[in-house]
Amino acid sequence: MTLPEPYRLAAFVLGALAFVGLNAAYLVWVERKGAARFQRRPGPTEVGPEGLLQPIADAIKLLSKQVIVPPGADALLFRLAPAVVMAPALMTFAVLPFGAHLTARPMSVGLLLAVAFGSINVMAILLGGWASRNKYAIISAARVVSQNVAYEIPLLLVVITLLMITGTLDLSEIVRQQAGGFWRWNVFKLWVNPLMPVTFVIFFICLLAETNRAPFDMAEAESELVAGAFTEYAGMGFGVFFMAEYANIVVGCALATALFLGGWQSPFGIGSGVGWFLLKLYLLIFTVVWIRWTFPRTQFYGLLNLSWKILIPISLGTLGLTSVLLKFIRP
Amino acid sequence: MNTFPGAAWILAGVFALSGMLTVGGALLAVTSQRVIRSVSGLALGSVGLAGLYYFLHSPFLALMEILIYIGAVCVTIVFAVMLAEPDEPPPEKPRPRARLETAVALLVSLAAGGALAWLGLHTRWPVARARTGDGSLRSLGVELLSTYCLAFELISLVLLLAILGALVLARHGRTPPPAS
Repeated sequence: MTLPEPYRLAAFVLGALAFVGLNAAYLVWVERKGAARFQRRPGPTEVGPEGLLQPIADAIKLLSKQVIVPPGADALLFRLAPAVVMAPALMTFAVLPFGAHLTARPMSVGLLLAVAFGSINVMAILLGGWASRNKYAIISAARVVSQNVAYEIPLLLVVITLLMITGTLDLSEIVRQQAGGFWRWNVFKLWVNPLMPVTFVIFFICLLAETNRAPFDMAEAESELVAGAFTEYAGMGFGVFFMAEYANIVVGCALATALFLGGWQSPFGIGSGVGWFLLKLYLLIFTVVWIRWTFPRTQFYGLLNLSWKILIPISLGTLGLTSVLLKFIRP
Repeated sequence: MNTFPGAAWILAGVFALSGMLTVGGALLAVTSQRVIRSVSGLALGSVGLAGLYYFLHSPFLALMEILIYIGAVCVTIVFAVMLAEPDEPPPEKPRPRARLETAVALLVSLAAGGALAWLGLHTRWPVARARTGDGSLRSLGVELLSTYCLAFELISLVLLLAILGALVLARHGRTPPPAS
């Protein structure tokens, strides 16, 4: 079934917007419920059954609040920053392969697009933090940059390792190569490189750091920096940053699913479809929430040491090992 | 793709937007008083340039432009600015011969730009026999690591020097180097 191009495009744009909005709203609910359960309390219960209408109440509250630009702030950049943090995350949805035929714009360089637009995120948080004219916000912004620069390196090294195995940047093609059972997923391709599970773990750690999630949430270290780069944002300005954080988590977990866990492929080789993609996606997102409420925040130099002294050497090692194995073992 | 109503107009609009972003971003980068706004202008210009690369059928180059120039260069500049001086410096007194210097700089850059444009328009460029490559990632990679290998490796030498410089500067940590 193929719609004419304009309608297909409109459907995908609307679908991506609705998907991001729904996810942002209900992942907050999942986060709060999850946090509550991990801490043995009920979580939101008042609004709707099981607190299911809580996100809607939150959204109405945020929308009705005034957006205040603090005096002395750079008003233009201050207002622009939430849009700049949201737009790249939305654009990445154009290349995510949800199903065999469910990609808005299959591109031969899809993975590169996701990585490139992902790198704009840092710039936006930086601008927001700087434009706020707030000491806490500037400290947080400086932390975000050193963190993101440090973790982009192992992330890209791991992605290069994977690219040498797949030989393509097309996300749909990468998923197609993993057809036929869970032992053909990239994370279990032990005959190509016995360290594949390690690369997946590195990818996941870098994902947590790049999306500024606990235990790496140096950007919004609420116990030490008030709310970090978002301190001065009120109302929907803060809301958009919040939505962008969840949109980035969805994008990151979708990439992990497509790259390592076989995307829409079924683990048993039959019955592949969008359902499997969503199942793996939400399992990964749940893991992200789980980690956030289980581990305390790391110290800042601990975080940088982890990247520069542990993750980068290991990912360089897997890169070397993979290239050697690919050269000598496979014809 | 031809079924799209007004596709030509939309394409022309996107092309014009890319051009305007490039020029506008560059102007913003040059004319702005605040360093952060200049960097934002540079980032904006890079987005426009990426759009122009896309129109040249080179999505790979377009995305690399975004990844390197926004994700790396601009972020590094802002980082340096932040570490150096969170607040912007007070506007310094205009130097005595600022007008004259600006005029001379403008003249020189106009002359250089005009000369290059004249050269570009009036030289009889050798017409390429055919498309030099299919523009795919594979051919690009093969070219980079065979024909242009020397230039490629020389560029990495620049990065090596930068790393060495950083090591020399950071070697003694926060304590001043012993006087010897």
